[in-house]
Amino acid sequence: MIKIITLITVLISPFFFIGIINKTKAVWAGRKGASIFQPYYDFYKLLKKGVVISRTTSLIFRITPSVNIASVIFAILVIPLPFSNSVISFQGDIVLFSYILGFSKFMTVLAALDTGSSFEGMGASREVTFSTIVEPAFFIIIGSLALLTNQVSFTSIFTALSLSASYTILIKILFVISLFIMLLVEGSRVPVDDPNTHLELTMIHEVMILDYSGPDLAFILYASVLKMVMITILIVNLLIPASLALVPGILLFVLLISLSFISVGLVESLIARSRMSHVPQFIFLMTALSLTAFAVIIFFLNGGF
Amino acid sequence: MNWTETKNLKSVSLEDIPQLHMNELRTQIIDGIKNGRRLVQFFGDKKDGRLILYAVLADDLTSRLFIASSKFGNEKEYQSITPEIPAAHLFEREFYEQFGIEPKGHPWLKPVRKGIAGISSEEIPYNFFNMTGEEMHEVGVGPIHAGVIEPGHFRFSCHGEKVYYLEIEHGFQHRGIEDLFVKNYNKSLYLTKLSESVAGDTVIGHAGAFVRAMESLGNTAISRRAQLIRTIMLELERIAVHLGDLSALSGDVAYLTGNSVFGALRTKIINTTMAICGNRFGRGIMTIGGINYDISSKLESEIKSILNRLSDDADLAAEVLFSSASVLERFEQTGVIEKETALEIGMVGPAARSSGISLDIRSDHPFDAYQYFTVHKLTLESGDVFARAYMRFIEIQHSIRIILEQLANLQDGELKCPANSLQPDGMVVSLAEGWRGEIAHVIITNSSGNIKRVKIKDPSFHNWFALALAVREEGVSDFPLCNKSFNLSYCGTDL
Repeated sequence: MIKIITLITVLISPFFFIGIINKTKAVWAGRKGASIFQPYYDFYKLLKKGVVISRTTSLIFRITPSVNIASVIFAILVIPLPFSNSVISFQGDIVLFSYILGFSKFMTVLAALDTGSSFEGMGASREVTFSTIVEPAFFIIIGSLALLTNQVSFTSIFTALSLSASYTILIKILFVISLFIMLLVEGSRVPVDDPNTHLELTMIHEVMILDYSGPDLAFILYASVLKMVMITILIVNLLIPASLALVPGILLFVLLISLSFISVGLVESLIARSRMSHVPQFIFLMTALSLTAFAVIIFFLNGGF
Repeated sequence: MNWTETKNLKSVSLEDIPQLHMNELRTQIIDGIKNGRRLVQFFGDKKDGRLILYAVLADDLTSRLFIASSKFGNEKEYQSITPEIPAAHLFEREFYEQFGIEPKGHPWLKPVRKGIAGISSEEIPYNFFNMTGEEMHEVGVGPIHAGVIEPGHFRFSCHGEKVYYLEIEHGFQHRGIEDLFVKNYNKSLYLTKLSESVAGDTVIGHAGAFVRAMESLGNTAISRRAQLIRTIMLELERIAVHLGDLSALSGDVAYLTGNSVFGALRTKIINTTMAICGNRFGRGIMTIGGINYDISSKLESEIKSILNRLSDDADLAAEVLFSSASVLERFEQTGVIEKETALEIGMVGPAARSSGISLDIRSDHPFDAYQYFTVHKLTLESGDVFARAYMRFIEIQHSIRIILEQLANLQDGELKCPANSLQPDGMVVSLAEGWRGEIAHVIITNSSGNIKRVKIKDPSFHNWFALALAVREEGVSDFPLCNKSFNLSYCGTDL
């Protein structure tokens, strides 16, 4: 029962957190800002609109929004949700998780190329370039955790992790930072991408979805914010001790997720976006941190000092 | 060289302007520019059915202007100046477009405003420079853009993310403004309004240049007070646009703090402009013979306190912006224009000063109240986006100081005096330093003293080519930032 309630809460929550990012930025800029629930109204507005589909596109373009949503929801099913194990759990679900997200990205890129627009091609090329750097880093993280806990499914990894040795706090910090970087990359936020820009030439993710409108656009936006929530759940899972009682546990969970999104808002307020050619350096930071954690794990598994 | 020597706003009689043979004129223009003079105007006019080409050169060190002309008979071509003097590039294309005389040997001859924008019944192929190769690709942006931006077409030849060549196409906003001036020569209010609309962000700059030209042709002297208030308005316009640009530059690199703070400061200035003349962009204050609105002593002290506070706030905001590592990473070494390039293509305004060219019409060819005090010319050397951004900041502070000093000098005087009729068969060159750079209006009158030709040049006309050069070898994603750092006018170029 609790599993279903949690799952539903996760599925309806994402726009609320986008509202938090926008509110943080507004407050920082000295504005009152839109309501935290504004993204829900925007979503509803898009759902009501009609759809324009370019004549040059094919089936791929039309199915991509649904594929996107389905993939992200599927990925959410295998990660441990707050105070319940994951909905589906089996040996090796960490690999499935990675590739189902990879599949959704693959479809987005194909759909962008399908439109034949030079902008969207440019965005697709950027997206693919940066993804090839993020993916190995994510595998290092998840592989290290598997090595540390001797498990190969999300649920068992996180259960084992909350019981493990004291040195794992260092590893956890490193992983939290690198997952936060992954959150910025996958969520197309500053300093990697600028979600608010109208300048097509500088966009990455936004430019790939330029041709979508109405409900299709709503689906794509929903899938991408749901993906952000999913990554923050992973982050919070690393931080939260499993021994907490239900109510304080849930409160702490919501607080930590909100804090992650406030941090995204603060990053966007305080730093400028990187030059496109310097973005890989930023993403490599994620790889470097993961490798450091990996080295620490190897060191301790071999008996430490 | 026996060119007519004159000054900014000193009208000359058409009879006194020497008519040279085109070859001679061409050689003398080239010689003049090689000796440090600057091409200010180059345009044609029909007189008694014969086409006359006028050229205006400026000697900035001695504040002199030189005018010469050449009469065309049946010739349909002449030897192009552009291969020797790249600064003549757009001028020659414009002359070709308006009168059909072909500059032989021009490296890239096509219309300025009626290229793809003016395509009508017959299909003319898009004439763009293109590069070929297996990995080359073209990206076309505009004329319809994603934001509220004027229309213009940008064609990039890229290799991956790197831009090799950018071609900019104009004309989508061509309104025939020069002809409207001539058609409505007898409606002075209409003419002033029209001059305010040459470029929506340079209302005071263009309207000022126009009314001064008319006053000069009519030999109308305006009061010291009116001159000072015009100067204050022009500086307010400069501050407002520069603040807006700093805000937009921050926005282009997604730096939220700079974006909101400078945006808020700009509002204070345009509200001050509104307090003076009832319009945030300064529409309505300029009139031939003076100004329409006064600055009361109460308003004067308000302006003083607003500017004093603004000066501190701008200092603080600029300190934060220009010390942020992530912003500097984007600004520095992006879109560099070297001094030699800037000189060669005839850049003007803050963009030119950021590349180390010491050129400021307020100081070199003073007008209005600038005749009574010295304007120090500010220059920076690096020529990148950072320099153009920082130049805006120091010009804001400079302008605040000018306004505060000149407010103290305000003395009683008539706001406006009746305008005299214009000198027949006369010509005047009116230069002004708008916030974007040198504005040049030329007015020619006919034998009955009516306007018969108006030639307008917005500083953008010189600087668009600089933008095209600035993005070469840069990442295509840095183009919007470079573009904003110049912030050129589309309608000022399209006229």
